Amino acid sequence: MTPQTPLLSVRGITRNYGARIGCADVSFDLWPGEVMGIVGESGSGKSTLLSCIAGHLTPDTGSLIYDTRADGPRDVLAMPEPERRMLGRTDWAFVHQNPRDGLRMGVSAGGNVGERLMAVGARHYGDIRAQATDWLERVEIDAGRIDDRPRQFSGGMQQRLQIARNLVTAPRLIFMDEPTGGLDVSVQARLLDLLRGLVRQMGLSAVIVTHDLAVVRLLADRIMVMKDGRVVEAGLTDQVLDDPQHAYTQLLVSSVLQV
Amino acid sequence: MSDYNFAYLDEQTKRMIRRAILKGVAVPGYQVPFASREMPMPYGWGTGGVQVTAACLMPSDRLKVIDQGADDTTNAVSIRRFFQRTADVAVTSHTHEATLIQTRHRIPEAPLREGQILVYQVPIPEPLRFLEPRETETRRMHALEDYGLMHVKLYEDIARNGTIATSYAYPVMVAGRYVMDPSPIPKFDNPKLSGSPALQLFGAGREQRIYAVPPYTGVVSLDFEDHPFEASKAPHACDLCGDDGSYLDEVITDDRGGRMFVCSDTDHCDCRQKAGHRGRLAMPETVQ
Ligand SMILES: Nc1ncnc2c1ncn2[C@@H]1O[C@H](COP(=O)(O)OP(=O)(O)O)[C@@H](O)[C@H]1O
Ligand SMILES: [Mg+2]
Repeated sequence: MTPQTPLLSVRGITRNYGARIGCADVSFDLWPGEVMGIVGESGSGKSTLLSCIAGHLTPDTGSLIYDTRADGPRDVLAMPEPERRMLGRTDWAFVHQNPRDGLRMGVSAGGNVGERLMAVGARHYGDIRAQATDWLERVEIDAGRIDDRPRQFSGGMQQRLQIARNLVTAPRLIFMDEPTGGLDVSVQARLLDLLRGLVRQMGLSAVIVTHDLAVVRLLADRIMVMKDGRVVEAGLTDQVLDDPQHAYTQLLVSSVLQV
Repeated sequence: MSDYNFAYLDEQTKRMIRRAILKGVAVPGYQVPFASREMPMPYGWGTGGVQVTAACLMPSDRLKVIDQGADDTTNAVSIRRFFQRTADVAVTSHTHEATLIQTRHRIPEAPLREGQILVYQVPIPEPLRFLEPRETETRRMHALEDYGLMHVKLYEDIARNGTIATSYAYPVMVAGRYVMDPSPIPKFDNPKLSGSPALQLFGAGREQRIYAVPPYTGVVSLDFEDHPFEASKAPHACDLCGDDGSYLDEVITDDRGGRMFVCSDTDHCDCRQKAGHRGRLAMPETVQ
């Protein structure tokens, strides 16, 4: 029952910053419902790669083929900007490490969740508010906080609000860059549980970037290990973490075990 | 007098401003950048409007200047004098007599006609500024018709106040394409923006933007299906001329809570009184 078409085909993505390598010649397929983890130490090119895939950065070379709902596989990099932007706020989602980058801090929680709905044409206040309420509850934020600004929320709540704001349009693909990064360990665990539940319920595909191997262990079906902008090892999460082949992966895994 | 060129600005500058105006007319609601000049008055006095007026004025024009609907405020008087001195044009307070009207915060009550130009003074031209301070981003939003944020602003309004509380500078969609800030006119005036036979020009001096609504252009006030736009006003009639359909200012008349409502459009009110209309507090001796 394997589907015939990957949801996303990444081919030869390269992005340099002047003479410095950001990420180099990265290729992989993401299948519907699959969670791909990208791990590697700080500076290994994870964020650069994710930004290139999600459309926040333009890669120097490479292609991105996405299986669109309407027209099947399309080259995302060749799409006109309005179409790419529409994709970015309907079928795709992006959760930033810093909630400040992914939320409107001056807008109420309800307005934050409702924005994507309004961007795609929702014009009924009552309906927008009902959906916002529903989504706040799904990410375990008391619906009574709907008119509060994110500033008044804890770090974990802000992150959950960011997730609600992204998932309200029922996307198929979610990108996350260190989503548990700045959080306390107990708060991290709760967020990971929530994410895992949502990914399963909604059948989401995901690309998640993290330096934390515990996060990919919990969420990712497959992982890619990056070093100096390149993928040095890839495979099923358990296989790679339990039996690392590349010396760098061995080092990563052992340094985690020492903690 | 002539230390100045006609209407103060040199011909080169006027040509540059006219090009911006023409571009604005060609793309209704689009904010055209222009190189705003120093004017011999502070920014808050409507230097954007003054430059647009200077670029449009011809010796045969008859100019009217209003501030909050009144021809006799300091601001209106000094702008009118400025153009009397620098352009020697005729002036009037009657809307129907004027060929060019510069305004701050109102659209006259009397219907405008073809051939008239209404010039608005604009403090902040960008309607998306409130939620998105980055100019690069607001420009992209306009380019891509990415206007969800405008409704977020109205959503916030309802969430906070139970209704769309925005009563001035109420955002509009021009010709089905560009979202525009109509300058701080009361939303009561918004319907008059649409389908007007007159040419409407907007000038923002400090922000260096000109935009336009050409004659007979459709202008729609943004709203929600379950919170439709309403052109509201105080539920009173003018205490001087008795009009119950014009926009009113509330005036405190004593320190015991006495107050009256009078037309904000002074020309409209005067004309009605001269025609014999009387409101609740009109002077008894002038009652015919
Ligand atoms: N905006 C930038 N300008 C210049 N170099 C950058 C920029 N962003 C990242 N880099 C460099 O690119 C490499 C990869 O960085 P990054 O993708 O942020 O890695 P990671 O997310 O794995 O920490 C690093 O050497 C980093 O210094
Ligand atoms: Mg990073």
